[in-house]
Amino acid sequence: MHGLAFDISHSLAGGLVLVSFMMLYQDRLTSLLNVFALHALMLAAAVAWQAFIQDAPHLYVTAAIALIFKAIIIPVALRRIVYKLGIHREVETVVGIGMTMLAGMGLVALSLALMLRVTADADALAREDLAFALSVVLLGLLFMVTRRNAVSQVVGFMSLENGLILAAAGAKGMPLVVEISVAFSVLIAFIVIGIVLFRIRERFDSVDVSQLDVSRGERS
Amino acid sequence: MTPVTLLGLDPVAGVLLIPVCAAVVLALLPGYRLTARLNVLASLGSFLCAVSLLILPRPAPGAYLLVDDLNIVFIVLNTFVGFTTSLFSASYIAHELETGKLTPAYLRFYHAMYQTMMFGMNLAFVSNNIGLMWVAVELATLTTVLMVGIYRTPAALEAAWKYFILGSVGIAFALFGTILVYVAARPVVGEGAGGMIWTELVAKAGGFDAPLLNVAFVFLFLGYGTKVGLAPLHAWLPDAHAEGPTPISAVLSGLLLNVALFALLRFKVLLAANADAIAPGTLMIVLGLLSLLFAGFMLYRRRDIKRLFAYSSIEHMGIIVVAFGIGGPLANFAGLLHMVMHSLTKSAIFFAVGHITQIKGTQSLAKIRGLTETHPVLGWGLVAGVAAIAGLPPFGVFTSEFLLITSTFAREPWLALLLVFGVLVAFGALTLRLTGIAFGRPRGSRAPAQASYVPMFAHLTLVLIAGVYLPPPLVAWFQHVAKLLG
Repeated sequence: MHGLAFDISHSLAGGLVLVSFMMLYQDRLTSLLNVFALHALMLAAAVAWQAFIQDAPHLYVTAAIALIFKAIIIPVALRRIVYKLGIHREVETVVGIGMTMLAGMGLVALSLALMLRVTADADALAREDLAFALSVVLLGLLFMVTRRNAVSQVVGFMSLENGLILAAAGAKGMPLVVEISVAFSVLIAFIVIGIVLFRIRERFDSVDVSQLDVSRGERS
Repeated sequence: MTPVTLLGLDPVAGVLLIPVCAAVVLALLPGYRLTARLNVLASLGSFLCAVSLLILPRPAPGAYLLVDDLNIVFIVLNTFVGFTTSLFSASYIAHELETGKLTPAYLRFYHAMYQTMMFGMNLAFVSNNIGLMWVAVELATLTTVLMVGIYRTPAALEAAWKYFILGSVGIAFALFGTILVYVAARPVVGEGAGGMIWTELVAKAGGFDAPLLNVAFVFLFLGYGTKVGLAPLHAWLPDAHAEGPTPISAVLSGLLLNVALFALLRFKVLLAANADAIAPGTLMIVLGLLSLLFAGFMLYRRRDIKRLFAYSSIEHMGIIVVAFGIGGPLANFAGLLHMVMHSLTKSAIFFAVGHITQIKGTQSLAKIRGLTETHPVLGWGLVAGVAAIAGLPPFGVFTSEFLLITSTFAREPWLALLLVFGVLVAFGALTLRLTGIAFGRPRGSRAPAQASYVPMFAHLTLVLIAGVYLPPPLVAWFQHVAKLLG
């Protein structure tokens, strides 16, 4: 198992973590969307490689969904929204980038320490995959809490979902139902977000979530 | 194969298919009178199917669906409250249309979403596949997100957004936990679909890798716990309750929280079947107590009537989680009973609150005063409901809280003290608020209520009866389920 197949899947999953880090320091929405497309591309490659080495053709479907839907359609659509709203210049970060990166490293160390310890008996491939997947999930979460803009929160959420799909693909023989449902739920999630975004724009002329804080039912 | 399933009248299918078909039909039909009635009819149909599950022989557990002693309690409760809420919703929505808060197009959407949500919740209960259960919980969540934002006011949008983000993060954690359970099960159960079937997992849980199962449970607990509304993860709950239509507040409190709790219970049973895994009780007790105490104190600072009862839901979910965390036949019995009583009482309260806020045109506690004078039926209904939820005898909530506290005293006295303290804190806050709402100098509109009182009083009567006399077959049933929960 510790041959070329392992090395490639290892580096692809590691690459996904790296791209997650790249997302953390993007301070413009347009470049953020580019990096997210790269993120989805890495995911598609990692899942396709899993499909190849596990000899599980259904995983190719998951890879294709990641490639077409997440790496192409969503970034393009979001870019149009961003330009339409005229917010393509900057992303405001809540915490400084240095702190965010440090926190990110801490999270990755945490997930490696946790997952590698508890999965001592599982096969090496699944271990590494789960550890990296958890890192991607936690980095996505970190990204979501450090951003205030609704579009970047959506992107953060999708990167988090990418981590989940990596985990599902790494778990050998996991039923197809789940993979399709994951992909499908992302689609639903996107529709929901689309509607929510649409309404937010309609009502506030802004997608800055911090503006939402003004309207708390209890202050009136 | 029973004869019933051969005829295509499988009640499980009814519980699932009726809401799906109704959702499609309701999305297409115009006119509120017709659709509101159809909504009631569909909900009644699901309820009858659920009741027939009690009587008819059960189908053998399949790869996807399962009816067992545990989930049948939840299904019947779920469809019953779904039915009464649809009755309440019909009169509530009529008023919303009159005042122009909802347009006919949104109403169609609302009814379709209502049935989709019922489908999601029923599916979560009957699923025998942990992946399918996750999908169902997510579906139910997404539909409620849409309904919370349906008024499209800034506050409603904020609530929907917050609910969506926190709910998604919770759901992401739950999925990661589900994947970990599969990874833990794979060496024993084998690859493929079997590794997700709950009955198989429980049967073979003894051989699973315990550390992995522990981590999986922590993720599942955080994930589904967010949806239960446990204290550090509860931020979405009050907003979602306050800003959506009141029928949705009623089903959120009465039903959706139960769905997430049910998912947690399923995994708790799974962990209990593995001797080396951690006992999940401690985790549940700590977060449950935290929710109880936190919500108890937060109740004093509420100025919005729907938020007040939303925090009360957090408090009661805390109590229920503590009960299941303590475990054992008696505490589990108390937890189950409390869950049923809370669902019935809290939805009855929201029925009353819905009509009250419509009449008064505000949700501010300061502007709702002297209800027993201006609207005696609603006012006294609310008084009865709050008395029940605060845990006063002779209502059923008292019975379950009493049971829980006495059984805890025997085992962990300090824990029982904390429980009593939390319940008393909440009791004080609720009485304080209630005196103003019900008995203060009347304020605001005195317009007669165009309310349907039947659902509210039906729930309260059931809670009262349960408090005075629990029929022996029901007790036996609950005891049996409590034993299953370990």
